[in-house]
Formats: sequence, structure tokens, C-alpha cells
Amino acid sequence: MSDTKQQVWVFIEQREGKPADVSFELLSKGRKLAESLRGELKAVVIGHDLQDLAVETFHYGATEALLVDHPELEHYSTLPYSRIMSQLVDEHRPRIVLFGASFIGRDLAPRVASHTRSGLTADCTDLQISDVTYLRKDYPELLLQIRPAFGGNIIATIICPDSEVQMATVREGVMEKIPLDRPVEGQVTQVAYTPEEVDHLVRIIERHHEDAKVNLKAAPIIVSGGYGMGNFQNFQILYELAHAIGGEVAGTRAAVDAGFIDHARQVGQTGVTVRPKLYIACGISGAIQHRAGMSDSNKIIAINDDPEAPIFSVCHYGIVGDVMAVIPMLIDAYKHKLK
Amino acid sequence: MSYHSIVMVKQVPDTANISGQVMKPDGTVNRSKLPTVFNPEDKVALELALQLRDRYGGTVRVLTMGPAKASDLLRDCLYMGADEAVLVSDRKFAGADTLATSYVLAETLGKLAPYDVIFAGRQAIDGDTAQVGPQTAEKLRLPQITYAEEILSAQDRTITVKRKIDNGFEVLEGRLPLLITVVKDAATPRPFRAKRVMAYKNARTLMELEKMADANSLLYVDQLKDDYVSKGLFIPTLTADDLDIDTARCGLGGSPTKVHRIESVVLGGSTHETIPATKDGMYGLIDKLMDDHIFG
Repeated sequence: MSDTKQQVWVFIEQREGKPADVSFELLSKGRKLAESLRGELKAVVIGHDLQDLAVETFHYGATEALLVDHPELEHYSTLPYSRIMSQLVDEHRPRIVLFGASFIGRDLAPRVASHTRSGLTADCTDLQISDVTYLRKDYPELLLQIRPAFGGNIIATIICPDSEVQMATVREGVMEKIPLDRPVEGQVTQVAYTPEEVDHLVRIIERHHEDAKVNLKAAPIIVSGGYGMGNFQNFQILYELAHAIGGEVAGTRAAVDAGFIDHARQVGQTGVTVRPKLYIACGISGAIQHRAGMSDSNKIIAINDDPEAPIFSVCHYGIVGDVMAVIPMLIDAYKHKLK
Repeated sequence: MSYHSIVMVKQVPDTANISGQVMKPDGTVNRSKLPTVFNPEDKVALELALQLRDRYGGTVRVLTMGPAKASDLLRDCLYMGADEAVLVSDRKFAGADTLATSYVLAETLGKLAPYDVIFAGRQAIDGDTAQVGPQTAEKLRLPQITYAEEILSAQDRTITVKRKIDNGFEVLEGRLPLLITVVKDAATPRPFRAKRVMAYKNARTLMELEKMADANSLLYVDQLKDDYVSKGLFIPTLTADDLDIDTARCGLGGSPTKVHRIESVVLGGSTHETIPATKDGMYGLIDKLMDDHIFG
């Protein structure tokens, strides 16, 4: 190992100059990983007019922000962004690079991993540093990339023993965003960008982007439904409950796939991770991918007609019964007690 | 102008319907017990390619990397309307992660050139990584458009595509050739056509012909192959030897990501409080939540 410190990088994602929450969450996690490696945390900021954003990363522990600032980089585009990121990784060989598992991160990370021939694991639910013995060889301080796999029947720990650069994507909300009381005295390093013809092979000719309509992460109470709600009509009762007690409605992947609810409201490994004060799981069996996104909730109520459903192993209050009968009783009881 | 497309498809375990037998007692997965399906978004990708052909003319080929069993998937593609199906299969490719998979696919696509558009599903349901499409594009030095919802138009050497982004969409105009990954709601795959099922139900890959020859001493693979080629029923089959590739970059050995540990999901003992599904139960529950300072 050389004298230079091992580097943990986080790609900072933004739209219209507004940073994605997941990038700060990853900086907070990256800071811990860098501490374990006795290394340093760096942010890569690509876009236009982003000096302030580069400085903001110091509030989450980055000691250096690599800033690639150019008018032509204002909007994310695969070819220039992946070319820039790949060149930076090739040049600096960071030990770890983290991306949000977002529309942008999932478009960018695989291209960078392919170019630099790095191992990349998608949708990790935990990241740790540990010494590993793999096939009787010892590898110090590898990144353990932990994720549910195979329909949630197993939890896999993935490693990249022979990959100089280890890459991972993580969904929004999985890691906690922890701003520092006092920002690090970091350094912004400008990196030049020279447009090339290949950067313009795909052009944006129109774009519509609204701010998120729902912010499940900020909701103190979440009423969530699964495939066990039966149909779209039944699912609507969750809005009545949410309205009565002041919560947001969410769903499992199965509920999204069945068309009961929009993907923007999906909780779980491939959706959002939430930690509300109260999570009411209705007609949810409780596959590991779903539990990964809600098991840190302060209190969990589970309503399911199957007493063997795995959701009962993570809940605090379990109700075995028909959701369509229980929910109206719950609404009545709430109104009676609190209004 | 007409366009030549290749669709990358995958046969995947039906992860939505995993039964008890599939998990071995040691917590590993018994793949042979898993039913397989046509990866849903790949099927949508094939539909989009067929629609492009319907509109502008051209050809649609499909390509899969997989075990011999994947021939079922390729016949399904022929039933839907693909002009040709290609299997790339070799023991050396087994255990590949997304990087090693994209290497073999990119090398195979190199052999199948020229093409205008490569289509693929956004992701496969057995891993949900969405990495193989972009990684294949990178290796071929092609532009990519991921999360495609609609092909708006194609004109000369450009294609205009509407793609999903968080809380919105973009319309992108890309120079051909390029690679497009497709989301589920982009189209509804057409059903199999009875006429095509009749025509292609006897289409066979090289592995299947080898099996037939093994089972019958009167048959020879080379003869069988010539026979099937002349009837238009041979599914071109490529192995590592047919591709000019570095086998060190294939399969498990060529994969930078390794599975270090697998734990079967064991649920802890249940410690929750059971609330009766009655009116009194609900009143009691609200009281508890008030004590927990969640309500009130």
C-alpha cells in the first residue's frame, strides 16, 4: 500500500442545481467508511454554477470537492458525465465510489464501472468495512456490500476482492443524513472540462421535471398497503385512514406492480426507506425487501389475516384479521378517542 | 429508412413465485427447482423493436446469453415476431456478474453488426440491477438512453425517445447506432401468433441438436444442423470458441463482484403485542399509541 490515503468518493447528484438528498446521505455514510479506512472523503460535483453546492459537501464531512463546472454540463447527460467521472476515477483510483440508486445514478454508475472495470453492486442496504478471507486469501479492509437477493429469500454480502475500485449504489433514505455541527475546512478543486463531439451524440430537446409531490421520508405517520389489500378499490381505504390520523399513504412493490399505487410511494429496497414515528402495514406479508425499507420505524402496527406473515416478526402491535374490517374500526376508535 | 434492431433478452427465475423447495436447507438457492419466465421488461423491449420494424421496416434479431434451457425463451421471441434468434452459451460464461455478462454480450453484438438500435429491458427481475444495458453500451462505445417510455420517431440517423426521469420526463434525440433500455409501461407485448408458433415450434439450438444426436446413434450433429438450417429452423448458437474473447474476463472468474456470504433470512422470534381485531381491541390500541406519544 502506498502512503497516499485511501479515498472514498461520493458522486453528488443535482437537478437544476438542487442536490439530491441521497448524495448527502451517502456523504454521511462515506465519512464513516473513510474513518474506518483512515482515509479521506471526497465529493465529485458536476454541473454548472455549483460552487455553493461544492462547499455544502463540507457540512457532511467531505475534505475535498472535485468541481467540474461548465455551462454545457447544466443538465445531466450520460455521455459527458460518464466520460468525466471515468477519467477522474482512472486518474485518482479511489478505493470506493458511491452513487445514489436514482435515475441518474443508475444510468451513470454502470458506465463508469464498465469503463474502469470496477465491481459495482446495486441497491445496497448496508455498507461496512471489514477484513475478509476469500478462497483462502486475506484481503484487508474490503467494502462489504450487503443487499437482499433472490426475491428476498437471502441476504447476500458482496465483495470485490480484486477490484482496485469498489462501487455501490444505494437508494434514497437507506443511509441517514447527518450534518456536522461544524463543517470540515475543505478544499474545492476545479477540474477543467473540454467538450468533445461524442458528448453531443444524445441531445435533450425537451424536459419536464417537477419537485417531488410526496416526501415519504418526512412523514411522521405512514399507512402502507401490500398485495393483500386485494384490489385497487380496497386500497383506497388506506387514504381514509391516512386522512383521519394525519399520515401519508405508501405501498409495497407488489402493490405498485399490481397498479394499486404509484412507484413514487413505494417503500422498500427498490423504493424509499422510511423511519416514521408510526408505520401501519396493511395486507403486507413482509418480504425482506420491504422490511429493509421500514423496520427502523419507531412503532409498527401490522394488520394481516395470515398469522404466519413475516411482518408480525418486526411489528410492535399485531392484529390478525381482515384489513377491510379492522381499518374502519381503527378509524372509529381514533375519532372517538381524539376528537 | 429502415432500421435493424437487436434485442437483448434474458430468461429469469420467477422470483415472484418462489416456493419452499427452492431454498436448500443451507440457505442457498436451488436454481433447478425455479420456474423460469421471459424477463418482463425484455419482452416489452422486443415489442418496441417490433413496433419500430412495423413502422419503418427493417429487421429484429434477439440475443440471449444463458444456459441451453434458454432456447425456450428464443422460441417465444420467434413466436412474437423476431426475424432471428441467437443464443450465446458456454460453461465458461457461468457465474458472470453484470460486468462479465456485458463483456460477452458486447463481443457477441460485435459479431452481429451492423445494427442501428440495441434494445434491452431496463432490468431483470432476478437482480434488479439495471447495469447490463449501460455496461454493454459502454463497451461498444455507444450512446445510451435508459428508462425509455416511448419511441417518438426515427429519421435518417437519429431517433427521438421519451424517457422517464424522477417526477417527469425528457425527450432525447440520439444519433444511431445507440442502445435503449425500456421500462415496463412502454408497451404491451403482442401475443404469440399461431402461424408463427406452428412455423417455429421445431426451431432448435445447436445444444438441442447435439442432445438429439446423443440420443439416437443414427443421427449426426452436422447433418442435423444442415437440415435445420435449410428448413430455416436452426437457432444460431455461439460459444466462447466462436468469439474472439479473453476468457479471463468471462464467467465467475471474470467478475469483479463475488458473493462472500449468503444468509437465509431467518425471522427472529416474534415479540409483538397481539391486539384483538375487535372494537375494544382498537380502543386499547389507540390508548397504547397515546402512551407511546404518537397520538394526542
